Amino acid sequence: MEEFIDPILGGGLIGISASILWLGSGKTAGISGIIGGMVQVKVDQILHRVLFLLGLIIGGVICTQIEPQWIYVSVERSMSILVAAGLLVGIGTRVGSGCTSGHGVCGISKFSLRSIIATMAFMCTGFLVATWMAGGIS
Amino acid sequence: MNIILSFICGVIFAIGLGLSGMTDPAKVLGFLEIGSSWDPALAFVMVGAIGVHGTVYTLFRKRKKPMFAASFAQPKTTKINMPLMIGALTFGAGWGLGGFCPGPAVVSSVSLQPKIGVFVVAMLTGWFVVNIGRYILSSRASSQSL
Repeated sequence: MEEFIDPILGGGLIGISASILWLGSGKTAGISGIIGGMVQVKVDQILHRVLFLLGLIIGGVICTQIEPQWIYVSVERSMSILVAAGLLVGIGTRVGSGCTSGHGVCGISKFSLRSIIATMAFMCTGFLVATWMAGGIS
Repeated sequence: MNIILSFICGVIFAIGLGLSGMTDPAKVLGFLEIGSSWDPALAFVMVGAIGVHGTVYTLFRKRKKPMFAASFAQPKTTKINMPLMIGALTFGAGWGLGGFCPGPAVVSSVSLQPKIGVFVVAMLTGWFVVNIGRYILSSRASSQSL
């Protein structure tokens, strides 16, 4: 049971962040939307995006101070696989208008059918590709 | 005020990702790899996040406007269309391939490790390519309508 406490509490913090941003500024806390959409917008919108990104980076630094292991990246994937993965994530989240945070957290919290369908779709290929990379169901 | 909120929310979001385990690609892949050693822990991140945000949304959805802005952001469309499906399926494939989704990738970039750097640059390139593609398509469409 203990291994589920940190995910629930961490998820709760993500929910608090998304709630403050929505209730205070009316904005959606979707990472690919906020950062990936940083071009093609007006000046006052740019500031919100840059400051949110800065917050994420500072938050990352704070994480390394609280518990260095949170930010320790141990991924058994080659550089070329990671390039392909990054391109797919970048293209997919822009074309599909959202990622784990925008569709998965914010959209589902607002009972958006569009986000529920999108989340089911990316979870499906996520499970499929990761399981395939691991050599199939063990 | 809005700008301060954006910054504070970014910080809270990042710490939430760190605490939850989402910034650890090994843990993410342990969740996405179905098998005898399947680790369901990260499903509870969604439980916590949607539990809080869904409750706040339900309590305040009748509000006409947010506290410090003129209006709530509305999605451009609510349709379930081809871009949504193709984009989501593509994103999921990349997530399963690398173990990173956008938020954790950005937060983890402070580790300055080459592997995360390579992923983030590729992800930024993907965003840039789609933005440019959309710009070209929209300017072509507007010049045709003239």
